[in-house]
Amino acid sequence: MVLDAKIPDGPLAEKWTRHRFDLKLVNPANKRKYNIIIVGTGLAGASAAASLAELGYNVNTFSYHESPRRAHSIAAQGGINAAKNYPNDGDSIFRLFYDTIKGGDYRSREANVYRLAEVSNAIIDQCVAQGVPFAREYGGLLDNRSFGGAQVSRTFYARGQTGQQLLLGAYSAFVRQMKSGKVKFHPRHEMLDLVLVDGHAKGIITRNLVTGEIRSHAADAVILATGGYGNVFFLSTNAMASNATAIWRAHKKGAFFANPCFTQIHPTCIPLSSDHQSKLTLMSESLRNDGRVWVPKKKGDSRSPNDIPEEERDYYLERIYPSFGNLVPRDVASRRAKEMCDTGHGVGPTGLAVYLDFKDVIARNGKQWVADKYGNLFDMYKQITGENPYDVPMRIYPAVHYTMGGLWVDYNLMSTIPGLFVLGEANFSDHGANRLGASALMQGLADGYFIIPYTIGDYLAKHPGGGTDTNQGSFKTTTQEVEEKLNQLLAVDGSQTVDEIHKKLGHILWEYVGMARNREGLEKALKLIPQLRETFWKEVKVPGTVNELNPELEKAGRVADFLELGELMARDALHREESCGGHFREEYQTEENEALRNDEQFTYVAAWEFRGPGEPAKLHKEDLIFENVELTTRSYK
Amino acid sequence: MQVFLKVWRQADAKSEGQFVTYTVENVTEDMSFFEMLDMLNNQLVLKGEEPIAFDHDCREGICGTCGLFINGRAHGPLRGITTCQLHMRSFNDGDSIVVEPWRAEAFPVIKDLIVDRTAFDRIMSAGGYISVNTGGVPDANTIPVPKPKADEAFDAAACIGCGACVATCKNSSAMLFVAAKVSHLALLPQGQVERKQRALNLIAAMDMEGFGACTNTGACEIECPKEISLVHIARLNREFLKASLI
Repeated sequence: MVLDAKIPDGPLAEKWTRHRFDLKLVNPANKRKYNIIIVGTGLAGASAAASLAELGYNVNTFSYHESPRRAHSIAAQGGINAAKNYPNDGDSIFRLFYDTIKGGDYRSREANVYRLAEVSNAIIDQCVAQGVPFAREYGGLLDNRSFGGAQVSRTFYARGQTGQQLLLGAYSAFVRQMKSGKVKFHPRHEMLDLVLVDGHAKGIITRNLVTGEIRSHAADAVILATGGYGNVFFLSTNAMASNATAIWRAHKKGAFFANPCFTQIHPTCIPLSSDHQSKLTLMSESLRNDGRVWVPKKKGDSRSPNDIPEEERDYYLERIYPSFGNLVPRDVASRRAKEMCDTGHGVGPTGLAVYLDFKDVIARNGKQWVADKYGNLFDMYKQITGENPYDVPMRIYPAVHYTMGGLWVDYNLMSTIPGLFVLGEANFSDHGANRLGASALMQGLADGYFIIPYTIGDYLAKHPGGGTDTNQGSFKTTTQEVEEKLNQLLAVDGSQTVDEIHKKLGHILWEYVGMARNREGLEKALKLIPQLRETFWKEVKVPGTVNELNPELEKAGRVADFLELGELMARDALHREESCGGHFREEYQTEENEALRNDEQFTYVAAWEFRGPGEPAKLHKEDLIFENVELTTRSYK
Repeated sequence: MQVFLKVWRQADAKSEGQFVTYTVENVTEDMSFFEMLDMLNNQLVLKGEEPIAFDHDCREGICGTCGLFINGRAHGPLRGITTCQLHMRSFNDGDSIVVEPWRAEAFPVIKDLIVDRTAFDRIMSAGGYISVNTGGVPDANTIPVPKPKADEAFDAAACIGCGACVATCKNSSAMLFVAAKVSHLALLPQGQVERKQRALNLIAAMDMEGFGACTNTGACEIECPKEISLVHIARLNREFLKASLI
């Protein structure tokens, strides 16, 4: 199979406009004849559902949450980028495009990223019209702030809760369509498989998480907007239920999985305190504007930070990167923190943390100034650690935060399965090997509000609707497979809980497929993960039955999928013999320990095809062609 | 440390519930309340007993999924936080802790500590929005919004829809929840067009779902994890009255 990204012809700036004209349309009166399934109702799913329903399609939506407002999009703190150029500081669509391509370390598609930058302005307009309370200047106009990886201020924000406010905006459009009857919402329903009819995605199988009922749902097209897979690491900044099940099961039905090893490790999270910890909490990147990162010069120095004199501190980011200092990009800051801890300079009870110190800014501007700017983050830190960051430096450590990889999609956001579209973090499309801050919200809403409403119409117009019902053969057999798998999980009745095995998987991935990777470690992971998978299917203990609310059974199904996905991540990381963005291979670095890309051999998207249980996945390559930007080495010295 | 839990267990909506007691050993101060429950559940699973079902997701105080009534208080003893942000350092060795679900007729128990709050979505679908379709909207800076208004609108919009206000109210009223949305949109120029109808529709939907009326006790404001002010209820009352008169 040849991967065709369907990138339109013509100059970069005209591709999307031309393409929209070339796409087939569905007559307004015919739209009501089409049924569309959307799985996941976060930023991408809810905005898509509302927009498609407004056009007249019948939209059937599913979420394992009780309400669309619970989706993890809600936890995004910092902001959303757009090329409005309101501050008059030189921004443009091309500059947003360029920064995003460069930030992604030249491993994303020019055409997709340009389109993202192009629709970014309309997203802000849309959100303001919905009543999203963005931060404003005293004159009443919108305020902007700056973020990592850019030299202009283009980030719109709503205090530290931008994700919440944008999600609630999309949610309001969503519930409005619920009222009109065009959107039907199935709360507490988990998609457990995708159904194909003649090779096209035509439905899903769900489990009602309250009653356990397994049901089939048919449609003319299926959209997955189910988020990222960071929880494969067990500990991450993701919500507890975030999982890969929908995209993984679609992968096993034929959707290629692109760049699975591209994961983003965020440098400023509250470190792990004990084995009982269930998740990690992010401290916004904005703190690095005023906090200074340091470790003691002496290895294993156990003195309290305030007792360590200035000359015995190593402000290592300022030392290594004099021009960017504490504001180097996320991947660089994360790797350096790990290096400090690996060489014995880590602090705190575990030795896996570095200090983020606000002493100087407090001395310079006063405590109140700091409280006005970062008060909620300081409170959150104190709540979790019991320490007061106004008096002692914060302890921080990198944590898994976002996954750039995901299901492969073409320019129309359609996967390798016809009729299966993938939006938001669940696809791989726009961030390359590293995502810039404030770009995740932008992509989720771009996909949902402004791209899928056009591109899905083209598919539907070419495949007239209404022909599928759940009595067809593939629905029955897929239902049986789903039921068998659930019963299998319950039948093992071993001696380890799901969480215990998930933690072990997390350790393997963090150790060998985490911030720094090498051949030896990845080969080891490729042995350990299948072994652990075997242990899981022999030893896992899942209580209860299928026909009831059973959170352990839910988790077991998700961890079973993580145990397969983890292996693919290691395989992808092993095959990519270069360092780029969030993927750092220790063998490929410059003399100054920076990522060393190999553009000659690896300027492509790695799209993996599932070939059956136990079989290694097959690699397909989509070459990335750069016509508008020159590939350069990032430097932050 | 060691704590003694008295937890509400209920098989499903139709069954009768009861308190069951558990002793949890080796609790550490830096554990969150949910990590303590995770540890207990892990032990229960290994013993072949049914783990305690409770709702939770982001575990950083923003998704609104969690909500336990702990020792008679919504989200536990501290102010301005959700249950997931509560840590065991707020308790002492040997404490007895009573854990219950939200109790309100409009929030039926699904299982153990999990309740059904879909009534909130139905209220919102009655008018908790500005009726604009995707596309075709004016440039974002066309309408200036005075900063104090925008800030106040944000304070109201910060509601996470957890239902603590309902759970703590003796009347099981959802007034603070409804007020937060009405206030948020009434303060903004974009919200003016549907302002009156919104207040009427949301109140009608709230009544229909079986939530009680407000008697100005103010418990909701005390227990709201986002500290949403009672002032918004006053504004809702004004909005409702004005809309009813004309």
